[in-house]
Amino acid sequence: MRQLCLRVLLLVGLVVSGSSLAAIDTYEFADEQTRERFHQLNGELRCPKCQNQSLGDSNSPIATDLRREVYRLLKEGKSDREIKDFLVARYGEYILYRPELSSHTLMLWLAPVFLLLIGLVVVLVLVKRRRSTVQSATLDVNEQKNLKALLDASETSNEVESNKRD
Amino acid sequence: MKRVYLFVPLVIFIVLAVLLGRGLMLDPNKMPSALIDQSVPEFNLPSLASEERMLTRADVVGEVSLINVWGTWCPSCMQEHPYLMKLASQIPIIGVNYKDVRADANNWLVKLGNPYVVSVFDEMGTLGIDLGVFGAPETYVIDQQGMVRYKHVGVVNERVWLERLKPVVDQLRGEG
Repeated sequence: MRQLCLRVLLLVGLVVSGSSLAAIDTYEFADEQTRERFHQLNGELRCPKCQNQSLGDSNSPIATDLRREVYRLLKEGKSDREIKDFLVARYGEYILYRPELSSHTLMLWLAPVFLLLIGLVVVLVLVKRRRSTVQSATLDVNEQKNLKALLDASETSNEVESNKRD
Repeated sequence: MKRVYLFVPLVIFIVLAVLLGRGLMLDPNKMPSALIDQSVPEFNLPSLASEERMLTRADVVGEVSLINVWGTWCPSCMQEHPYLMKLASQIPIIGVNYKDVRADANNWLVKLGNPYVVSVFDEMGTLGIDLGVFGAPETYVIDQQGMVRYKHVGVVNERVWLERLKPVVDQLRGEG
């Protein structure tokens, strides 16, 4: 009885895994380079329905359609640029995970550089400040004199102490 | 002078809070359509009613109308349908039956009523891709010259019609 249950379970598992495999669309490519481009494009293009997933990640119907469209365009010998333009014309800049550098994406592209600069300035200021505190720790002539006097005094008193012990 | 610097973190916090707060208020489904003020794309697809009758762009443009993208697989379309039936008397509605089964779609129209002046059968979703459709229902307002003037993603109900679509439609009718 137990063995039968196990067999049924295995069978169900096989059927289920088989059907989920069938959901993955298969494409044939002329060469390895085109396949590479197909996967790269799918990774860089965003699924319009299931936001925060790329075309390659998503299983939604629209992503499947758009993958098919990318495949069709690749087969027609279109360049990556042309394929992206084709999709941007329909779905807007939104579909690009790596948006073009233009006047309204300028902030997006420059923000990291700007933040890095702020960070550098902060570090420089901190380093400079620390250096100046270190410098003020060196003694001026008067302080040096005082220090020497103190050291001498303690040395003589040490000598007195040691003499006493003898 | 030094005291002023104490407020720097507060200022940074406020700026960030405002920016992020605004981000939270945005509707992530609201995508600007790339097709606004662009021409309705060319197509050559069969009508829903008959496989033999081919429809093109010329069959659907000519007056201010709505293009409604729908499918029997889409629950929101079911929700939207009764209002489209009401709306059909006010404005011509062109149906794009998107990625559907022909028999199912025709059954639906027979059973629930047909609000569309003409229905395009877009089985593979090719017109959908040209329109920039990413789900259903979606509704476009097109003008007399066949330019897309407005896009609404989601269910059209009385509020959407009165607040969003009708003002655009009235303005276009005024111009024409």
